[in-house]
Amino acid sequence: MTIVEVNKDNFEDEVLKSDIPVLADFNAEWCGPCRSMKPMLEEMAKTNPGYKIVSIDIDAEDELAEDYDVSSIPCLVAFRDGEEVNRSVGLISRDAIAELMEG
Amino acid sequence: MYDIIVVGAGPAGMTAAIYARRAARSVLVLEAVNYGGQILNTPDIENYPVEAHISGYDFSTKVYEQAKDLGAEFVFEKVVEIRSEEDKKTVITPKNTYTAKAVILATGSENRKLGLDDEDRLVGRGVSYCATCDGNFYRNKVVAVVGGGNTALEDALYLSDLAKQVYLIHRRDSFRGEETNAARLKEKENVEIIYNANVTKLISEKRLKAIEVTDKLNGNVRTIELNGLFIAVGRIPENRNFADLIKLDDAGYVIAGEDCHTNIDGIFVAGDNRTKMLRQLVTATGDGAVAATEAVKYINNK
Ligand SMILES: Cc1cc2nc3c(=O)[nH]c(=O)nc-3n(C[C@H](O)[C@H](O)[C@H](O)COP(=O)(O)OP(=O)(O)OC[C@H]3O[C@@H](n4cnc5c(N)ncnc54)[C@H](O)[C@@H]3O)c2cc1C
Repeated sequence: MTIVEVNKDNFEDEVLKSDIPVLADFNAEWCGPCRSMKPMLEEMAKTNPGYKIVSIDIDAEDELAEDYDVSSIPCLVAFRDGEEVNRSVGLISRDAIAELMEG
Repeated sequence: MYDIIVVGAGPAGMTAAIYARRAARSVLVLEAVNYGGQILNTPDIENYPVEAHISGYDFSTKVYEQAKDLGAEFVFEKVVEIRSEEDKKTVITPKNTYTAKAVILATGSENRKLGLDDEDRLVGRGVSYCATCDGNFYRNKVVAVVGGGNTALEDALYLSDLAKQVYLIHRRDSFRGEETNAARLKEKENVEIIYNANVTKLISEKRLKAIEVTDKLNGNVRTIELNGLFIAVGRIPENRNFADLIKLDDAGYVIAGEDCHTNIDGIFVAGDNRTKMLRQLVTATGDGAVAATEAVKYINNK
């Protein structure tokens, strides 16, 4: 799978109602650590069919960022059955992302 | 066995890899997180010769590609221990053990924490170490900056253009930082400077709601309700894992001069984790060049 761009209109369908676990990447264009993590997330999206990875641009989607209490990026939030199960803030390694998804 | 193992893929480590590859030595770079280092956090570098403006991400990606194209190998594992023997160095990560003839330590530095209860849990929930990264979340909100160096002053100035109210909490009665920044801050109507004070408690529910600030002179405690706390109390070198082997100064920096030699033969140091006057990109990349050249010389003389 590729990374799905999510906004407040499709958030419920893509994230909360997803049948498979979701990793939501809250990020912004100007955020270096977010850009650094992107290629890792893209590769993981391709190699892990059991997961969905979504990207949320916090500048455009400030409501979503506020709803999920995101005040520092990069912020990765893992969802399962519509519930937040795990979260990390700041640049983390590929292995740490995988761990977050395994939850 | 590699010729050279570089620990850390920041500007210093990646430059060392470039120089070592140019000397036709085999190079493994071990990095705990991802290539780039601290400079990833800045959207705009304005003082590195060659380009007037470049983002930290673009800068590090260029250096990374340069090192990779020259044949440096990168593996993303954190080094937890180094052992030194006469003819080889052993470098240990949680997953693997590697050996090399020489090692270059280029582990840089990380943000210093206040050390308060809940500080780690509240990162990203009201606590931040980077005003330029997270300032946008605090438009028209109330924030505090703690610290008294240049970074703290710059952070407070930056935030004063976004936030409704900015408190600057400083443990001394004057600033060591740039005079001009301090003067500009004092003119800002939405900035209150609190001198001789420490942040002594973080008050939170799910996220940070308030801080307690204690006056160092009279012990008075003041509670400040706020949305965000920016911690700018300096950085600490990431040398703890090597402290048994490598001589560090009191602040934790590897003791080494311009030649980048440590107390151990065949182990060199480059970048922000070394004792030095100025911690910037140019000095980090300069160190990388020197450390790699010295490492190659060491291998050739064996
Ligand atoms: C917000 C910000 C803005 C800045 N702006 C500028 C600027 O405009 N101009 C300028 O010249 N300088 C700037 N600097 C300073 C500059 O970033 C540093 O001087 C430079 O990055 C130091 O490079 P380094 O390679 O020594 O260390 P670092 O950049 O800290 O890199 C060290 C690397 O080692 C890794 N590491 C640490 N421990 C281990 C381990 N045990 N195993 C494996 N890997 C490990 C880390 O993950 C990191 O990637 C800025 C710094 C910050 C924080």
